[in-house]
Amino acid sequence: MLQFPAWKSVMISLVCLAGIVFTLPNGFYNRVEQANDARILLEQGQLLTPEEEAAVAGWPSWAPSGLVNLGLDLRGGAHLLVEVRVEDVYAERLEGLWPDLRDALRERRDTVGTIRRVERDPTELRVRIGNPEAMQAALEAAQGLTQPVVSLTGVTSRNYDVRAEGDELVVVMSDAEKTATDNRTMQQSLEIIRRRVDETGTREPTIQRQGTDRILIQVPGIGSAEELMAIIGQTAKLTFHEVERRVSSANEVAPGAIVLPSMDEQGIYYVLGRRPIVSGEDLVDAQPAFDQNGRPSVTFRFNPSGARKFGEYTTNNVGRLFATVLDGEVITAPQIREPITGGSGQITGNFNVEESTRLAILLRAGALPAEIEVLEQRTVGPELGQDSIDAGRIACIVAFVAVMVFMVLSYGLFGIFANIALILNVALMFAILSVMGATLTLPGIAGIVLTIGMAVDANVLVFERIREELRTSKGPARAIELGYEKALSAITDANITTFITAVILFAMGSGPVRGFAVTLGIGIVTSVFSAIFVTRMLVAWWYGRTRPKTIEV
Amino acid sequence: MRLRLVPQETNWDIFARWKLWLGISGMLMVVAFASFMLQGLNYGIDFRGGTTIRTDAEAPVDVGAYRDALVDLELGDVSITEIFDPSFDADQHVAMIRIQAQEDQESVSAEVTQQVLVELQQVDPTLVFASVESVGPKVSGELITAAVIAVSLAIGAVLFYIWLRFEWQFALGAVLALVHDVLLTIGIFSELQIRFDLAIIAALLTIVGYSLNDTVVVFDRVRENLRRFKKAPLSEVLNRSINETLSRTFMTSVTTLLALVSLFVLGGDVIRGFVFAMIWGVIVGTYSSIFVASAVLLYLGVDRDTDEKSKAGTQFADIDA
Repeated sequence: MLQFPAWKSVMISLVCLAGIVFTLPNGFYNRVEQANDARILLEQGQLLTPEEEAAVAGWPSWAPSGLVNLGLDLRGGAHLLVEVRVEDVYAERLEGLWPDLRDALRERRDTVGTIRRVERDPTELRVRIGNPEAMQAALEAAQGLTQPVVSLTGVTSRNYDVRAEGDELVVVMSDAEKTATDNRTMQQSLEIIRRRVDETGTREPTIQRQGTDRILIQVPGIGSAEELMAIIGQTAKLTFHEVERRVSSANEVAPGAIVLPSMDEQGIYYVLGRRPIVSGEDLVDAQPAFDQNGRPSVTFRFNPSGARKFGEYTTNNVGRLFATVLDGEVITAPQIREPITGGSGQITGNFNVEESTRLAILLRAGALPAEIEVLEQRTVGPELGQDSIDAGRIACIVAFVAVMVFMVLSYGLFGIFANIALILNVALMFAILSVMGATLTLPGIAGIVLTIGMAVDANVLVFERIREELRTSKGPARAIELGYEKALSAITDANITTFITAVILFAMGSGPVRGFAVTLGIGIVTSVFSAIFVTRMLVAWWYGRTRPKTIEV
Repeated sequence: MRLRLVPQETNWDIFARWKLWLGISGMLMVVAFASFMLQGLNYGIDFRGGTTIRTDAEAPVDVGAYRDALVDLELGDVSITEIFDPSFDADQHVAMIRIQAQEDQESVSAEVTQQVLVELQQVDPTLVFASVESVGPKVSGELITAAVIAVSLAIGAVLFYIWLRFEWQFALGAVLALVHDVLLTIGIFSELQIRFDLAIIAALLTIVGYSLNDTVVVFDRVRENLRRFKKAPLSEVLNRSINETLSRTFMTSVTTLLALVSLFVLGGDVIRGFVFAMIWGVIVGTYSSIFVASAVLLYLGVDRDTDEKSKAGTQFADIDA
């Protein structure tokens, strides 16, 4: 055994060297990070400030620059898991269908009789018809409004299901259409959330879809999550409605209209036309500004079609009130003094500067297609993250030194070999983490510390075995050889079982736990490598040079 | 002169009282289970839903004043505990505020967090939030399911692997040892009412991995010795195998404990519960691989045909990866 082939030594040495080289950037974390950031700006063709120039010069471009990503619990930042209420869109879609259905049924008034909408459940459209015996005709009319959708299974179905219940005609969205709508809603929500988060100018946010109706948002380095929450959580649906009257109760009966509360005035409600005159979708720009009285406000501009609709309405309704509605609350309900045809306007309300700035951002990014609900929220301040890093670093160093001292005391020279392997092991771990761009979390640090403790296990197994073999008085070379040979099955079995649990942890866990699984799994691989190959190579070198008659392990 | 944790050669008769050991372990498991059933775990928000806020202030924490400040917000059950850690600065006073899950709302809203901050800053203007975590009941329910599945899956996968590499008696012994470790860890968390959150599940799975590591090393030697000493009684083979691996068992446990203890003392309070679970697990895991896994193996017996074709414990065992 102690003839270690040269090619093998070269390979092992190269791997170790690569490990050290790719770990190095982490030793200069801030410098490398700033250089990387500046280079990204450079690639985007932006001009650099002198500080950024200095940052680029701070780390040579030929050197590896991969860093271990720090998780939110170490860097500080916000983690939000939100659920999009995709069902909200169903009601909206049915609402959009109602005028068409009404017209189609009216055309057949002779057979169908009177029609009246019954509002019970927002996920269905219910119409009571005067002549129940003519239901078949009504069903056909409704059926004529549906369109085929192609679902994934290839079975074509219609986008609405139509059925009769007594004298009522019921229209609901079909399952295929629901799936298609959900997907669209999620795509839109993702896009809008991404735009909103980008507007806040934070670095490297993670925004991804999870499951059917959830979105995970992770924004590192943000100081206050409240602002992020406020920006993500608001639907920001802006509409302009005609005002029928002002009332003081929410229970006002208003067929064909909606009753919404005022944002500023307690106990005041407005009865509004159900259909908006213009909606936020027709906005092309929104900016924070101040009105003529110096109060914070938001100015906006419509696109041509929005401008035309708004212009027409205001021309025909001079002297009446119109309401600006944001997320179900009336911000203002001013009187139309003159036709507004320029396509731009101003929203004034009881805002402070911060709120008007935020509202402008939200209006620019567009409204979320449905409401979202925050299911899980975790924010860690940067100071706590730094404290954790510092504590973790000290713990790592102490653990490292303690284990190394203990190994030398127990195994002498062989302990030193094991220690060299241990150092290389940690270097390899960091190298793999950096190259993979894996994320290091606080439990991940614990994983590293645990690996430091457990990494020597493979070496311990071998060394103990060599001791045993020496006792049965074989020569040192034979004892070393047998030690490695016989310890191998224990090493593989023991590590594969631990590796299995790491894989399961990775598959089932989320966030920090996953970070722990990653470091544990990588640690197992590198520790087996360093124990079986690195220490063995060191022992072979040493033995080849000194050829001792006896060895003490 | 080398440091030796155990004498060079030992010949302790571990299985002289193997029924006693199994009995003690069984008793401990019953106690742990009873504690879990009667007292229950002190679930963190990961599993119960709710909000925890970590505050950091320059003035000493006045739990009563904090509580009074929050009464008006009507947040339901609020618990406030002060946290001490040697790594804190002299003027750093940390408290943990836990708020129960609010009705008809998943995670706590930004406004509520803001209100809490405003109220607390009236008590102490230097107070800031070091971290805020809020988990809605929907997610916490899913996390419990995922955790239970993860632990069961891990134990199942291991059962399968060991059965593949050894024999079913070994697999059963190893898995009983794992159940023993997991149950005892849950038991101590329930008994001491240490907060049980998602990270502890990670710790549990690591304990599963570690304990297994130990068990497999002993079993590997048993497998080898069963082939070497075909005529020796099983108890003697087991005893011999454990004695032969004893030195390694202690070495590895000690190095791992050295690392974990330094993390426990110096790693900060955020992961202390997690590290505690692992330290406990290493101790229990080391014990169980000898006194539970091997004792169960002795109880179950091993098929030891002298027939060459079915050597004891050899299913796939000649595959040296």
